[in-house]
Amino acid sequence: MSSAAAADWLPSASVTASGRPVLSAGEVERNLLPLVDLEPEENPRLGALRGCLLALTSHRLIFLHESSRSARGLPLATVVHAYPPHRRHSHNPLRSLFSSSSSSSSSQHHRIRLQISLPPARSEVVAIVVTCKADVDVFFGRLLEAIRARAWEVSPAAAPSTGAPVTEGAAPAEDIAIRMPVVGVSGILRMEQESWESAGQNLQDAFQDLNALMSKAKEMMQLAEKMRLKLLTNSSTESNSNDEEMGSKQDMQDLLLSVGIVSPVTKETAGALYHQQLSLQLADFVRIPLERAGGMMALVDVYCLFNRARGTELISPEDLLQACSLWEKVDVPVMLRKFDSGVKVIQTKTHSDEEVFARISSLAQKPDALQKGISPSDAAFTLGIAPALAKEHLLNAENKGLLCRDVSPDGFRFFVNLFNEIDSQNIYTQNPHGLYHTWITVGMA
Amino acid sequence: MQRLGDFRLPPFFNYPPYFTLQPVRETREKQVQLWKDLILEYCRSQKIHTISLEEDFPLFSNPKIERSLSHEAKEVFLAALVSEGRAEWMDKGHKRCLILWLRIQDWANLIINFVKDNGLEVMTIEEIRSGIDTRGTELEGIERSVLMRALRQLEQKGKAAIFKGTSADDEGVKFSV
Repeated sequence: MSSAAAADWLPSASVTASGRPVLSAGEVERNLLPLVDLEPEENPRLGALRGCLLALTSHRLIFLHESSRSARGLPLATVVHAYPPHRRHSHNPLRSLFSSSSSSSSSQHHRIRLQISLPPARSEVVAIVVTCKADVDVFFGRLLEAIRARAWEVSPAAAPSTGAPVTEGAAPAEDIAIRMPVVGVSGILRMEQESWESAGQNLQDAFQDLNALMSKAKEMMQLAEKMRLKLLTNSSTESNSNDEEMGSKQDMQDLLLSVGIVSPVTKETAGALYHQQLSLQLADFVRIPLERAGGMMALVDVYCLFNRARGTELISPEDLLQACSLWEKVDVPVMLRKFDSGVKVIQTKTHSDEEVFARISSLAQKPDALQKGISPSDAAFTLGIAPALAKEHLLNAENKGLLCRDVSPDGFRFFVNLFNEIDSQNIYTQNPHGLYHTWITVGMA
Repeated sequence: MQRLGDFRLPPFFNYPPYFTLQPVRETREKQVQLWKDLILEYCRSQKIHTISLEEDFPLFSNPKIERSLSHEAKEVFLAALVSEGRAEWMDKGHKRCLILWLRIQDWANLIINFVKDNGLEVMTIEEIRSGIDTRGTELEGIERSVLMRALRQLEQKGKAAIFKGTSADDEGVKFSV
């Protein structure tokens, strides 16, 4: 099977540049199964899907065909009934020896049957065949939760109220509890028990509040997304906005960019695929900040930005590093790079060192620079990048022989390399059209 | 044109990186070459025979651009001269350096040609160093140890004979050209 096109009875699903499913507003990933088939059990005219990644979200079951980066999404709203996973017991053990691993006749694979109702009014039975090693029970539990939660019905403006009555309920229960004597050892034990129980109840209340908080957070992010879109349309239509206005708009945009991710990939939802999926999500996320930073960003900056956008479910530095190193194995337009000084950066694959060198060279030959040289902050300002990165570029250019360093009490500066222009046999004369001559006339003024 | 005394300084003497030891190999090689030549030229023109690292040497700093060589840089450049045979450390601590802006061999040739051109046969050491005959020539003010080494080389070739006079100051040379 070369793509997910065969299952045309299912709505298609969009996929990002890195091959992750595009989620709609409010849609959150819940679990992942690395390799499944989808088999229609009753209707032979429905095409099957083979060898897909299955992403369970709050709204859909997304079948992602990784190599062709195509996908189909089965809305959870169409699931009438989900049967618990079971293994088909084969009467002929020999058959399983001869069948291929993706064949559904193998008795080893779990099948999750779903009764679905496709529009206009067609009832079908399909089976998800889990052909990989996975915790199918956990997946099924999440599936049921998601179906029950009916997240697709919740309108964005509604404020969900959860957990309000529970605290009320706790107090009467305590009143009803038989009061035991509070003297002696039994009294002490009894008090311990009571405080432990009330702490447990408090915790439960807190978690209810946390659920309420999480849904509020989701609302905030949706609001932020709305504002961001509004900003984008505004800035493209306005042709004569002044600099100040653009500046504050830019700040706004930065703020909103930092709360861009609604559905973080977590160890919980992705299990064994954690690093792989994280790596792809990171590649998607980092594209826009990279573009704005001119194609290169320090890894520490990416770490901060990415975690800020995730909100909760923060990732550790090790996770980030591992996610970046996985990029070598997939076809994404970004890469991790380590400079001689040890500084690690993320850069777009199309980033060209040569281009940066050309810009640095021309900067170093301006009259000011010929006289006083350039510092890392001068370069940062002109190139529009962070000072730490600017210094890396300057050192790189020095290594290539384009620049020379000047170390003095004034600090660390770089000059265009004139050593190559000086004729050691003829130190008092120079080519009247050369760089050395220019420096003598302009730089020594 | 900038001068140090009556010595004409080249334009790159005002290039700040010239005074910072360059880390990149190719650039460093070029820098070392320029410093070696400059040191020899300067010493030759000013007839300076030794450089002490513990004293200020005018060539090693440029007040106009407020830059001077670090101790490490001075050592590197002088050591390069030593490797080439154009200088010698006078002490184990590498604090004083003898600059041979002419090699001993070259000095020997210079002396022999000088005595030939002037028809001289016998001279005292002092006469060679500060006498009327050598005034205005490169031999004027030659470092004593350098002169002695050149003469001994000539001696080995049978072109001169050193003899002692009545006192230590009266050492003399007889040339046989």
